Amino acid sequence: MPKVAVIGVGQSAFVRAYPGSIRELAFEAYREAMHDAGIKAEQIDASVVCSAPEYDKQRTPAGLMAEYLGLNPQPTFYVESVCSSSSSGLRTAYALIASGLHDVVMVLGFQKMSEISSAESQERMGRGADIQWEAPFGTMMPAYYALHARGHFEKYGTTEEDLALIRLKSSTYGLINEKAVFRKELSLEKILEPKFIATPLKVFDCCANADGSSCLILASEEKAKDLCRKPVWIKGLGMATAPINMAGRDSFSGLKCAQLAAKRAYDMAGITPQDVDVAEVHDCFTIAEMMAYEDLGFAEPGQGPQLIRSKETYKEGKIPVNVDGGLLSKGHPIGATGGSQIRTIVLQLRGDAGPMQVPEAKIGLVHNIGGVGIYGNVSVFGTE
Amino acid sequence: MGFEQFGIISFTGVTKTEQFVEFLKNNELRGTACKSCGAKFFPPRSDCDKCLANDMDWFSITGEGTLITYTKAMYAPAGFEKDVPYVLGVAEFSDGIKVFGRLDKSLPDDAIKAGMKVIVRILGLEDDRLSYELTAA
Ligand SMILES: [Zn+2]
Repeated sequence: MPKVAVIGVGQSAFVRAYPGSIRELAFEAYREAMHDAGIKAEQIDASVVCSAPEYDKQRTPAGLMAEYLGLNPQPTFYVESVCSSSSSGLRTAYALIASGLHDVVMVLGFQKMSEISSAESQERMGRGADIQWEAPFGTMMPAYYALHARGHFEKYGTTEEDLALIRLKSSTYGLINEKAVFRKELSLEKILEPKFIATPLKVFDCCANADGSSCLILASEEKAKDLCRKPVWIKGLGMATAPINMAGRDSFSGLKCAQLAAKRAYDMAGITPQDVDVAEVHDCFTIAEMMAYEDLGFAEPGQGPQLIRSKETYKEGKIPVNVDGGLLSKGHPIGATGGSQIRTIVLQLRGDAGPMQVPEAKIGLVHNIGGVGIYGNVSVFGTE
Repeated sequence: MGFEQFGIISFTGVTKTEQFVEFLKNNELRGTACKSCGAKFFPPRSDCDKCLANDMDWFSITGEGTLITYTKAMYAPAGFEKDVPYVLGVAEFSDGIKVFGRLDKSLPDDAIKAGMKVIVRILGLEDDRLSYELTAA
């Protein structure tokens, strides 16, 4: 397989309500990625634009973005897998380059969630599940993840306190991430206040909606060596899917799509979970990070709680996870999230992650889930 | 009226499985079974992904199931606000058939536990709407 590198990364600040339109929001990440890569628009052969369309008033946003970013007349198109859209965009861009069709491809993710109310947003997200058989009961994302939290509690004896420890870690790192939407220090007592959203998940078990954008620039090996001092290489890409309907699930203590995506990514990269130096996982809810520990093989099934209790997923631990605050603190602008996770890992592997830097990080992993385990994307990156 | 009668709010008007609603009217929750290969489906499907056939029988989901997982939703999406709080759950019945739905509102919190035995109950809602719920066996 030909080598493909990430040569530029950018991200807007994630905020509750961005004071501009989607094209302007997208430009923030684009500008940073272009400065980072040190290239001009003419050097981009094609672009892949990613968002979750239920929030977009603009139809077919790829065309709009290509024009506003100055990427006409090169090819552009739209890729969607809800919350993992920009990881699916990465997979698409990788294939475009590895096939030899293009040399330099941009992946742009964006979401402006602030234009609709939180209840309306939950209803639209709920329709990211089965609208024929489940949405008529009044479904929403927190309830779906809560079913998995209860499943994990029942099977392994996991507790609300274990989940709270994950939010405590997140708030520790959210504080030092200038681009995070939530930058307040939280105490365990505060996190455990019984303000339930969907039992056993409470307010602080859930990430916040946010407006944001992310941008990645990928290049072929030849172009990367020509254009970039510190290319970060894509070593493994795993993707898998699982039934959208809860009645089709045979487990509620983990996500099958993530387990299979992880296996595929590790196999392609020729590594094991123990080789990963730093990881970004999809913690839209605390339980999602707990399941990720196990689905990715950082802990045996049922041993996730032990990993966080012993602080092994802190920066100083054996497998640092979400040391940029994760979705819980950064916020979760659906289409931009995967690109933001990938940006964090690229900065880590370059040694440019500032106060979040994990020393000597050589192999990084991104776990990005779409819907409640409908789409699983696991991507492995390396310095060589 | 057809399938849009199903549930508190329906997002689907037309489906080849709309007979599902007729069975609810007869106080039955039914899934489909492929006439060619025998595969059983709940929620019902009109096309068999195992053998590609599209000729289906209907079977009833009866007897006791086991509650696998549940959550009490304290907030609701737009259109469902008046119902909160409500409990959503997944139960497994014979042949591994799983049913997603709400739990009986009259069940006290401490009566709801993973592993509890449940049965299906058909519900008539306002405006001739129909649904089903899980209640204690
Ligand atoms: Zn069949």
